[in-house]
Amino acid sequence: MVTKEDVAHIATIADIGVDDSELELFTGQFNAILEYFGVLDSVEGGADAVHSRTNVFREDLVKPSLLNDEVLMNAQDPEDGFIRAPRVI
Amino acid sequence: MTVIIGLEIHCQLNTKTKLFCGCSTDYRDDGPNTHVCPVCLGLPGTLPVTNKQAVIYALRVAKALHCEVPAFSEFARKNYFYPDLPKAFQITQYDKPLALGGYIEIEAEGGGEKRIELTRIHMEEDPGRLVHKGSGDRGRYTLVDYNRSGVPLIEIVTEPQLSSPKEARRFLNKLRATLEYLGIYDSEREGSLRVDANISIKGYERVEVKNITSYKGVEKALTFEITRQKGMIRRNAQIVRETRHYQEARGVTTSARSKEMEHDYRYFPEPDLAPLEVSSWVEEIALPELPDARRDRFMQQYGISQNHARTLTGDLKLAEFFEEVTSGMPEIAAPWTADILLGELNYRDMPVTKVPNLHYRALLEEVKKGSVTDTSAVEVLRLILNQVMEGQAPEMPGVIIARLGLSKEEGESFVEVVASVLKENEAAVADHRSGKAGAINFLVGQVMKATRGRADPKEIARIIGDLLKD
Amino acid sequence: MGSTFTFDHDDPNNAFITICRQADYGDGPLSGIPVAVKDNISTAGIETTCGSKILKGYIPPYDGHAITLLRSAGAAIIGKTNMDEFGMGTTTENSAYGPTRNPADPTRAPGGSSGGSAAAVASGLVRMALGTDTGGSIRCPASFCGIVGLKPSYGRVSRYGLIAYANSLEQIGPLAQNVRDCALLYSVIAGYDPRDGTSLELPPPAPLKPEIAGKRIGVPTEFFGEGVDLDVASVVRSGISRLEDLGAEIIPCSMPSMRYALAAYYVTSMSEASSNLGRYDGVRYGTAPDSFRSWHDAYSQIRKSGFGEEVRRRILLGSFALSAGYQGKYYAKAQAARRMVRDDFARLFRTVDMLAGPTMPCVAFRLGETSDPLSMYLADILTVPANLAGVPALSVPCGTAHNLPVGLQLIGKHYAEDEILSAALAFEEGSA
Repeated sequence: MVTKEDVAHIATIADIGVDDSELELFTGQFNAILEYFGVLDSVEGGADAVHSRTNVFREDLVKPSLLNDEVLMNAQDPEDGFIRAPRVI
Repeated sequence: MTVIIGLEIHCQLNTKTKLFCGCSTDYRDDGPNTHVCPVCLGLPGTLPVTNKQAVIYALRVAKALHCEVPAFSEFARKNYFYPDLPKAFQITQYDKPLALGGYIEIEAEGGGEKRIELTRIHMEEDPGRLVHKGSGDRGRYTLVDYNRSGVPLIEIVTEPQLSSPKEARRFLNKLRATLEYLGIYDSEREGSLRVDANISIKGYERVEVKNITSYKGVEKALTFEITRQKGMIRRNAQIVRETRHYQEARGVTTSARSKEMEHDYRYFPEPDLAPLEVSSWVEEIALPELPDARRDRFMQQYGISQNHARTLTGDLKLAEFFEEVTSGMPEIAAPWTADILLGELNYRDMPVTKVPNLHYRALLEEVKKGSVTDTSAVEVLRLILNQVMEGQAPEMPGVIIARLGLSKEEGESFVEVVASVLKENEAAVADHRSGKAGAINFLVGQVMKATRGRADPKEIARIIGDLLKD
Repeated sequence: MGSTFTFDHDDPNNAFITICRQADYGDGPLSGIPVAVKDNISTAGIETTCGSKILKGYIPPYDGHAITLLRSAGAAIIGKTNMDEFGMGTTTENSAYGPTRNPADPTRAPGGSSGGSAAAVASGLVRMALGTDTGGSIRCPASFCGIVGLKPSYGRVSRYGLIAYANSLEQIGPLAQNVRDCALLYSVIAGYDPRDGTSLELPPPAPLKPEIAGKRIGVPTEFFGEGVDLDVASVVRSGISRLEDLGAEIIPCSMPSMRYALAAYYVTSMSEASSNLGRYDGVRYGTAPDSFRSWHDAYSQIRKSGFGEEVRRRILLGSFALSAGYQGKYYAKAQAARRMVRDDFARLFRTVDMLAGPTMPCVAFRLGETSDPLSMYLADILTVPANLAGVPALSVPCGTAHNLPVGLQLIGKHYAEDEILSAALAFEEGSA
């Protein structure tokens, strides 16, 4: 069983806004879905490698970078070649 | 109160390209966001591919530091949200790092060697760089430069076995020298070595100090933090387990407060990157001569003291410089380079690579011939270094000596000067006669001053003695 | 030769998010053929939204590898097709750009998440289209719209430029009106790409010829189990009889790991998605964040307003499945279950050449039919095993039930696309 508080906690970890009404809806749905996922409890062991290969590499060769204009073309209000973001402090 | 320090050192590897894309890592002289491609900008749909050279460099470090390289290691995603992290996760290594264990030997407090053990070494990508702008709650904003995003790092984690800031500095000196000798790190690149430290007083909570961006700031930051913690213990205040940031400009650590988000990094294996099976590569990696071996060779080959050998091999460029200039006169080159030249370079914040070794060697030859006094030779060295710093072509020592008349002269030619100094300093002469030990040094100093260092102080002392005997 | 293709059709089913009315094309095997591309594949200079509001206005500066190959094969890329946001859905209703209608019945959904590509092909607007398949997103709409769709083996088509929903499961693949076109488009996009570290160096696809006689085809009982519509089951069974008539040997078999497949698929895909979708902060591209808020406020706000409900649900569930204390119960177990599915396939493929069954347990949903997420997830039960194991699978039309198209699914061994395409061609042409 997950509670509304659990879902709110996950929303905090995932840094994703959730309304109160939505919290209610998600909590109910999550319980149904997680109950279904409970079938995995009877699987033995855990966490196998997702990969079937190892050692895939590239050589240390310089490739052209994007032009500064291309880097900035999808960004809002760039400044002196920098990309702008909300304040972090 | 026993101090316990553990370090986490982030070192940028000097590969040509970033860890997961072909962008050049040589960005420091270029404008923001000019060494960026769809991959390191984290554009939707892009995929990382591991730079083989970065893995080889990291393995070189693992081998040099006596680590064990497990048969299997893998990259993992560390998920957190910050504007310098364009994919919203950092590709790093988590429970399967590239290397485990290992150690570094440093000079122990009372002589001999102390072994500092390592926990692990793992590889990861550097985030971008943030610049904070504006003022006021609504006016502030952040500017981001992704040139650094994706530059390969190794993180070296030590066991908590360092017991003082001085030891931490020695450890870092040794580590830095080793990384340089390995040719995988460029000390002249700003911010290429960064340190986080875990500090505690035995029996109390541990504090993590982050953001020590200059390698020189480490001893200062640690000293501040230890003093702070000891002060709190004395005042019976509680030390809380926390992360603190080092404020380089003020030399203090401040609490990172928990206003930041609650962290649960949700590590999981990076699905886009094949795991590494590289333990068999270690055998094939040839290590260059490392600092300890070079130190021992210097002592043996040049017959110089352990202290001089340690200092001269503590920096790759310095060691190389020494070997270029020392031929035939190590007994002069060693003390001059380790004691005098290094001090002058530190004072000027000048790298040894800028010292013109032709001029320097010529100067050592003048010293060896005895044509200048040590004092005059230092004056000549300073002049040469200043000329280099100012971007001028330095003059040869012989030219400077001639131009300034610094040639060492025979003692007898100073008899007149000595006599006049004695006449002007009757009080000191009287002191000397009454047996005061320091008086003679004062008088010698006065003569040296009057002769602008051209005289040999021992000669002067003899002449003073002779004159006063009469 | 450089020419321009003029695309002057209407889009009655809302198959497209972006239409390129004038599309340049060159020489090659696809010269002058109009091709539609799912909107989660990066196209230089053409808006790429993944069906999401959060990417509205994003113009990529680069082409995905499959797009580069399309262009060099001479194709005219005439638009970007509608899809469930970031590929998360089975109906194409989870799109910020409105639902797509099924050309076979406009009151029905085309299936998803590559519903726009399927509708564009089924309605004849294009001969072929690219889709992507993470848990059935090519085969489901192919089945529901009555066309052919192939999910290639993992590693066969470069994912460079495929905007990730669940990296370890998904592939780009073709949708077309018939098997020959499907194979043609596949032959263009298949191949090694050093920019995708999971891409493989394999021999190029072989020329297509109908071939089914003597093939041993396994039919897992679980593919006709609980939840499979009886009419659909019956249509598919008669399809399998036709395979037998064409000379194939039908071998009943069992895949016990099917019990875990759906949960393993959803836990894995949601976990990967929760990480993949963190980057949409509006800083470098996409809808810009509110510059008056502090970083975390702006970030959580943009993820609230920019993502639709299903995407947010999966981000939350995926974050939960990876979180401290739960990772062992969910993510780790899902990987172990995934290994069981792979082992099951490996075991079956020691005795059979391919597997056959229904693509979907049902026919196309009515638009707006289901709002309960779990019951929607259950519809993917027959398509997810191929993604978990990384084997190729296709859907080929096999008749109708309830007057709606039904798809026959053929699942092949790793990198045996040629074999299932040849079988599908024989089935389609009714000749061995």
